[in-house]
Amino acid sequence: MSTKTGLKTGLLAASLLISGAAFADRTLLNVSYDPTRELYKEFNQAFIQHWKEKTGEDVHIQQSHGGAGKQARAVIDGLEADVLTLAITYDIDKIAANAKLLTKDWQKRLPNNSIPYTSTMVFLVRKGNPKGIRNWDDLVKEGVSVITPNPKTSGGARYNYLAAWAFAEKTYGGKDAAKDFVRKLYKNVPVLDSGARGSTTTFLQRGIGDVLLTWENEAYLALKELGQGEVEIVVPPVSILAETPVTVVDKVVDKNGTRDLAEAYLNFLYSPTGQKLAARHFYRPIDPKVVDAADLANFPELERVTVDQAFGGWANVQKEHFDDKAIFDQIYAP
Amino acid sequence: MSAIAYPINEAKAVERPQALRDPDWVRWSLTAVAVGFIVLFLCLPLGIVIIEAFSKGWQTYWSALTQPDAQAAMQLTLLTALVTVPLNTVFGVAAAWAITRFEFRGKSLLTTLIDLPFSVSPVISGLIFVLLFGAQGWFGEWLSAHDVKVLFAVPGILLATLFITFPFVARELIPLMQEMGSEEEEAALSLGASGWRTFFWVTLPNIKWALLYGVLLCNARAMGEFGAVSVVSGHIRGLTNTLPLHVEVSYNEYDFVGAFASASILAGLAIVTLILKSALEWRQARR
Repeated sequence: MSTKTGLKTGLLAASLLISGAAFADRTLLNVSYDPTRELYKEFNQAFIQHWKEKTGEDVHIQQSHGGAGKQARAVIDGLEADVLTLAITYDIDKIAANAKLLTKDWQKRLPNNSIPYTSTMVFLVRKGNPKGIRNWDDLVKEGVSVITPNPKTSGGARYNYLAAWAFAEKTYGGKDAAKDFVRKLYKNVPVLDSGARGSTTTFLQRGIGDVLLTWENEAYLALKELGQGEVEIVVPPVSILAETPVTVVDKVVDKNGTRDLAEAYLNFLYSPTGQKLAARHFYRPIDPKVVDAADLANFPELERVTVDQAFGGWANVQKEHFDDKAIFDQIYAP
Repeated sequence: MSAIAYPINEAKAVERPQALRDPDWVRWSLTAVAVGFIVLFLCLPLGIVIIEAFSKGWQTYWSALTQPDAQAAMQLTLLTALVTVPLNTVFGVAAAWAITRFEFRGKSLLTTLIDLPFSVSPVISGLIFVLLFGAQGWFGEWLSAHDVKVLFAVPGILLATLFITFPFVARELIPLMQEMGSEEEEAALSLGASGWRTFFWVTLPNIKWALLYGVLLCNARAMGEFGAVSVVSGHIRGLTNTLPLHVEVSYNEYDFVGAFASASILAGLAIVTLILKSALEWRQARR
C-alpha cells in the first residue's frame, strides 16, 4: 500500500517536473518564418507586459522559426501553433485546406487582410558595389553570383523569384521573355539555402556571392548585426509587395483555451506599440502615422507590384510556378 | 664462440628487410601528412569552437550558457540521454543474449534489423515518426482525439533518439558474446544457478567492459543527435530544442558566442567520451 502511494507520488512529481511550467501559466506558441526572430523577441516582451498591466495575468510566449513553407508543413503535421505569423498567405491557406485547423476566410478577420506590416525584397551587395548592381537586369550578367533561398521551402525566395519575374515581364514583355530571364538569373545562383536566414549566413559568414536577394528587414538587420562597412543595401526601382499575414489557429486556441489571449496578441501588432516595433525592426508599418519619423526614413519609395495584381493570387502562382514540374522546376537545374 | 657471435647475430636479426627501410624523407613526410591532417581537420575545428566561445570573455560565455533557453536545451538533452540510454542498454543486452545464445528462425533478419538505424539517414528516421505520429499520419487522428502529444514534443524527441541509438550496445556485445561461447554459463546452470544469477555472476562480469563501451557511444550519440531530432522537434525554444538544435538556433540569430558556447559543451562531452573510451580500450587490451 505505502509503496504504491510512494510510487504514485513519485510519478506525479516526475510529471510535474517535466511539464511544470505548462501548468502554471497560459502559454501561446507563435510559429513564424525565419527573419522575424528579433522582432518577436522584443514584441513578446512588450505584449507580456501589456497583458500583465491590463489583466494581471502572467503569460508565456513561445517561438518557433524556420523557412515559411517548412513551418507550414510542421503545423499541418501537428505542431500546435496558437498563432501563425508567416511570410505568405498561401502557406496559411494550405494549413486551412489540408489540416482544417482554421476557417478558409481567415484573412477577413483582422484589419488590412490580416497583414499588420509589409515588406519588400531588396539587394544586399558587397562594400562599394564592385559589380555595379542597381536593378534586376544586372543580376543576369555574366560573372555575377546571386544568393537567394529555395522557393520551394522559403517564402522570401518566392517573393524574390516573383519580383524578378514581374520586372522581366514588364521590361521585355511577355511570359516567354520572363521565363528566359529567371532561367538566366537562377543560372547565377550557386547555392539554394532552405530559408532566408541560411542565405544571409551564406552571403555574410561564408562570403559567397556578389549580391544577396532578401527581405528589406533582413538586409537592414544584417547590416546592423555584422555588415557595417562590409555590405550595403541597394533598393531596385521595382520590387514586390511582400504581404506577411498573421492569424489565430482556431482549433488549437479552442482546445488550449487561449483564444482571447491569441486574439489580443495579434491585435497588439496593430497597436501603436506593435507598429513602432515593426518599423524599428525594419518592417513597413501599415499605419505609418504612429511611427517615429527616423524609423520611416529607412523605407525608400519604390514601385511594389502585388501578387494579386501581377500574378492573379498565390493559388495561381503555386500552380504555374512552384508545383512539381511547373516553371521553377523547368528553369532550375542545379 | 657463441659468446662473440651472439651480438653480431642479434644486430643482423634486428636489421629490417630492404622493403621496410624507407628513406628518411618518405617516413618523415608521411608522418607529417598524417599529423597535419589530424591538426587541420580535428584539432583546428575544435580549437575554433573554444576560441569563438570565449571570444568575448568568460562572462559572456557564462551568461550564454546560463540563459533560460540554453538551460532548457541542456535539461532536455540530459533527459533524452537519461531515458534512452538505459532503455537501449536493456534492449541491447537482451538482443545480444538472444542472438548469441539461442537458435531461432529469423535470427539473421533480427541482426540485420538491429543495424537498420545505422544505415538509414537520420532525416529519414525523423520523417518516419512524422508519417506515423504526425497529425496527417497513421496514428495522428487517434492521438489528437486522446490529446496525446508525440510529435513536436518531448516524446517525439525521445522516440527519435531511441531509434537512432538502438544499435550501439547490441553491436558492441554481439561479437564479444559470440567469441565467448556459452560454456561458462552452461556450467553455472548445470551447477544449479538460476538464470538471473548466471547472468549477473557469470555473463555480466565477462561483458562489462564492452557493455560500458557501448553505453558510452550510445550516450554520446543520444546527446549529440541532430538530424532526426531536428525533424521531430518543431524548434520551440525553451521547450523542444536540444543542445545541438540550440547551437543552430543561436548561430542563426547572430548569437555566435551563444552558439559556440553550447557547441563547446558538446565538444567537451566528446572529449570526455574519447578519454573514457581510450581508458576502456586500454583496460580491455590488458585483460
